[in-house]
Amino acid sequence: MLSTLYLAITEALRSLAANKLRSFLTILGIVIGVAAVIALLALGRGAQKIITENIQGLGTNLILVGPGNPQRDPAAQLNIPPLKLADAYALQDPQAAPSLQYVVPLLRRSVRVRYGDKTYTTLVFAVTPEYRIVRNYNVIEGTFLTEEHLLNRASVAVIGPELAKILFGRDHDVVGTTIFIQGYPFRVIGVLEYKGAAGFGGTQDDRVVIPLTTAYARLFPEDRGKVDVIMASAVSPDRIDAAQEEIRQILRVRRRLRPGEEDDFTIFTQQEFLQIFQVITGVLTVFLGGIAAISLLVGGIGIMNIMLVSVTERTREIGLRKALGARKRDILIQFLVEAVTLSLVGGLLGILLGWGIARGVELVAARFDTTLPAVVDLQAILLATLFSAAVGIFFGFYPANRAANLEPVEALRYE
Amino acid sequence: MTTETPVIEVRDLEKVYRLGRNVEVPALQGVSFTIYPGEAVAIMGPSGSGKSTLMNILGCLDKPTRGEYYLDGQRVSDLSDDELAHIRNRKVGFVFQTFNLLPRMSALENVALPLRYAGVLRGARERAREALERVGLGDRLHHRPNELSGGQQQRVAIARAIINNPSIILADEPTGNLDSRTGREIMDLLLTLNREQGTTLIVVTHDPEVAHMMQRILHIRDGRLLREERTGTR
Repeated sequence: MLSTLYLAITEALRSLAANKLRSFLTILGIVIGVAAVIALLALGRGAQKIITENIQGLGTNLILVGPGNPQRDPAAQLNIPPLKLADAYALQDPQAAPSLQYVVPLLRRSVRVRYGDKTYTTLVFAVTPEYRIVRNYNVIEGTFLTEEHLLNRASVAVIGPELAKILFGRDHDVVGTTIFIQGYPFRVIGVLEYKGAAGFGGTQDDRVVIPLTTAYARLFPEDRGKVDVIMASAVSPDRIDAAQEEIRQILRVRRRLRPGEEDDFTIFTQQEFLQIFQVITGVLTVFLGGIAAISLLVGGIGIMNIMLVSVTERTREIGLRKALGARKRDILIQFLVEAVTLSLVGGLLGILLGWGIARGVELVAARFDTTLPAVVDLQAILLATLFSAAVGIFFGFYPANRAANLEPVEALRYE
Repeated sequence: MTTETPVIEVRDLEKVYRLGRNVEVPALQGVSFTIYPGEAVAIMGPSGSGKSTLMNILGCLDKPTRGEYYLDGQRVSDLSDDELAHIRNRKVGFVFQTFNLLPRMSALENVALPLRYAGVLRGARERAREALERVGLGDRLHHRPNELSGGQQQRVAIARAIINNPSIILADEPTGNLDSRTGREIMDLLLTLNREQGTTLIVVTHDPEVAHMMQRILHIRDGRLLREERTGTR
């Protein structure tokens, strides 16, 4: 059986090699389709890997609280009160929220930062010193904000390494310099470590971090007492759900929500970020699957077309083989093997080409300082191989069956 | 001779071709004859006489509309397609006017082809080589058909016909595409195999010279056996 298959495959290869250009053009559809899918999948996986790492880099027990709730009635979205600094204090009460460890109020504003003649627009994060712990941040130079800075409303700033590069042309030896945020002088006391891309595009390494009290006192007095986001961390990963519930109860009371009324704030955990992201990639995968299906369909029709031509051309050969004792199924298998060989070769070339394209994109991205690794996994390769073989069988069957059912006398007489 | 089982026995063979709904063209209208093992028989007749139809039925490529056909004592007139394929593979060796070799295969592979359909894989190349040696082409094993002369190609075809030790060799105008000298060599080869192996030889031809090299000639006209002629050869 194995040697029969071996003979059939070598014979199929030989007959395809006899028409090299035609065979190549026939499989081109499959090659391009499979290559597109492999390349897109590889880059998609790469992006997924990076974003997942990013989300995990947020800090393991991280919980985010923001005002508003997308699940609420749109009309009720208006006039939602902002979160307050007092809310953050309330969450810090160990009696009411035993599952919470750190609570960090955060005010986030777009600002203009200037050093010398260089100006740059970026985000300032006005926070408390625990921000460093909750976000898993380290400084590569200097120190982070301290309680003292907070109490004294000190005009100090910790800056992202990209911002340092933009303002100073370097990411070190910048502690002690004075930069201007919205025109107010701030002393640089530290440089944050690199964290990489923030979600899709952009970087989180060009930001400024200052004490919340300083922001209230100097930069944004009109926002005094307001908070955009409250960041918190649970005492341990298995207490995240409990922590979420405690936050919910405290905020519902503080925001005077009636029982049965929906939350007018949203609590996000790192887990939920990951889940949302996985839903998005799932949709993308279905999309890619659709592209794959269409291109394989087109490629399959091409194979079917050429196989029909081939059967007609080789009518005499089929007649002769039948005269020599070939049964219907011998002829059927011969032409099926030929069709599957075509589609499989196309699939394998497509895998190689797709992998090459993904690697090329990776190298180009690297040249533009973007990390986009091409991740070609075994699953994608197996799937592509399997699918192209299936296409060969599906679209090869009709022509092969037509060949198998030729009448020997008619076939031998065919000119 | 008459006590032996005939290798071919044909009784009241009829073949009707249907063209369109109501048009029937009779190709054979009741043919009966018997051929015994080891005989060399010619089937002669002008084109349209039905001799090609007869040959197709004898070669199990086609089924008769009515009548009976026994090959080696086995009734084959109503076998299934797969059973007929099996019979063609084991009992019939075809030699065609146009050789019908597969151009992409070497002589050896062409000769070994029937063995594949017989399910023989081990020793197939060895057997094909022996068959080619028997037809005098032991030095052309790996040549492609287009690297061989017409006579050599027909020898390859004959080697292919005898590889499964068939009961009959069915040759359809085997010399039709050859010059007269090469044609005579091919006929000599076929008759030698017939004599030495005892393989029954049936040659369909319109060439009287070829026909008279056989022991018997069956003359076919208008789908009927017109007469039988003993040539006195041997």
